[in-house]
Amino acid sequence: MSNHKPADPSQYYAEFVKGIWKENPVFVQVLGMCPMLAVTNSAMNGLAMGCATTFVLVCSSLLVSSLRTFIPKQVRITTYIIIIATFVTMADYILKAAVPDIHKELGAFIQLIVVNCLILGRQEAFASRNTPVRAVCDAAGMAIGFTFALLCLGATREILGSGSIFGFSLFGPNYEPWVIMILPPGGFLMLGMILLFFNWLQQRKLRRRRIAGRGVTT
Amino acid sequence: MTKRDPHLLLQAAPFLRRGITTPGLMMDVLLGLAPLVLAAIYFFGLSAVLVLLTCTIGAVATEWALSPARPRGSSIKDGSAILTGIILGLCLPPAIPLWMAFLGGVAAIGLGKLMFGGLGQNLFNPALVGRAFLQAAFPTAITTWSQQGTITEFWGLRLSSWYVPFTHWVPDWLRILLEGVFGPQVDVISSATPLAFIKFGGEAAPFNNLLLGNTAGSLGETCALLIIICGIILAFRRTFDWRIPVSILLTVAAASGIVWLFNHDSPSPLYMLLSGGLLFGAVYMATDPVTSPIAPRGAWIFGIGVGLIVVLIRLWGGLPEGVMYAILLMNAATPLIDRIAQPRAFGRTITGEVSA
Repeated sequence: MSNHKPADPSQYYAEFVKGIWKENPVFVQVLGMCPMLAVTNSAMNGLAMGCATTFVLVCSSLLVSSLRTFIPKQVRITTYIIIIATFVTMADYILKAAVPDIHKELGAFIQLIVVNCLILGRQEAFASRNTPVRAVCDAAGMAIGFTFALLCLGATREILGSGSIFGFSLFGPNYEPWVIMILPPGGFLMLGMILLFFNWLQQRKLRRRRIAGRGVTT
Repeated sequence: MTKRDPHLLLQAAPFLRRGITTPGLMMDVLLGLAPLVLAAIYFFGLSAVLVLLTCTIGAVATEWALSPARPRGSSIKDGSAILTGIILGLCLPPAIPLWMAFLGGVAAIGLGKLMFGGLGQNLFNPALVGRAFLQAAFPTAITTWSQQGTITEFWGLRLSSWYVPFTHWVPDWLRILLEGVFGPQVDVISSATPLAFIKFGGEAAPFNNLLLGNTAGSLGETCALLIIICGIILAFRRTFDWRIPVSILLTVAAASGIVWLFNHDSPSPLYMLLSGGLLFGAVYMATDPVTSPIAPRGAWIFGIGVGLIVVLIRLWGGLPEGVMYAILLMNAATPLIDRIAQPRAFGRTITGEVSA
């Protein structure tokens, strides 16, 4: 189960960095769509949600991978959920104390981090099979990738839907806001556009590689 | 075909063709729309021309830029993007800012058609997707109905048409320039549509105004008489399935008639039929061959569904008009309707077993 390889910093770095771009939880794995769509009507909300998710993901990955030899296989999902829920409750209270306005705006979606499939997925796929340090590296990378995606979507939706970013007006009072962008359909629409863009990037890369490969053989 | 060697003809089904091509069909509908376009220009002046043109440019440009067809732009020749642009323009209010109209054309083709894979693959009517996008994005601009100008005000422009993209504002130099070229502006006197009278109180429009089109409304929807005549001609040319508009209109008449019998405060069936975008939607939008059922029985189910949703939204919904959402919802149900309304295959019993 646990691999006792000598600690290699570059390996940790690889675990950390893969979640940010190559295996980005939103753009590549398409996980955690519920908070992605629900709370990204402004950049600030997206960032707050990202921070809360980061806290929960890193802490529960650390705990799960430390306890991985004690947790019985049969009840592991339940155990993960309990661990995640503990940290979600903490995040909920911390947000309520520190930034009550944002907490009010995010509403039930803070508690719903418990059922974010990204978090449970990382516990099951990674934290339960790796050493705590590796698990934390992986969790941090994934969480930063997730936060980056939330911020991307939140910023685009806020710029189009309210003509501002982080509450600062960008285009002056004459801007005509696209109301659809701060409503749920705008979330779906924008997310689809961003996924489209990422798939296009991916395909272009593949095509270039193929062309380059062909160039070598001929 | 008979010119070829008649002794051995190897060919795939279908064997009987009506000789209809996609560009031919689109041309038919475009000719059927021409009177409505002229009426819109008559009623709303230069604004109508600008809005229709901008929508069409938006639609065709998107088709050119995003369509996977190669060589680039070859799919424009089938005329469907032009048709989508004109239909979208006809269901927009005359004073809509032109940049929004352009955006509507882009959304119609991009989101409504190409996203699904191009002509024939789209689930929803592209023009209505464009309008629904605008309705959700700019709810105030799209429900600001301006009064009709008289023919003497033909060159008078509605200033809101010229809003700088992404704003609701015209710079002073542009205003002065426009007034210098086209003369004084027509003020946008926002006016209620006949259907808004039902929903938000007030007096109803007289029937002859509804018939002839002297009411506020979208560019193409005001003149009921013209739509009926064009619709009948198109139906006789078999450009579309006559069952769809007929079943929609009959359902609306029946459903609103029942309500009206019990409660005379609700609008009469005739008023329901003639006002708003019902006729325009039933004739030009619900009949889109791509997004409506193929089988006759399916066409009836589709029409009844649209009619019921229209009456539900108009009488009890939060919006004054519901034709757009009714057609879009039934578009979504079309694959299901096609499945249940499929005609019985030859060689099977009523229950579907293969007969010996």
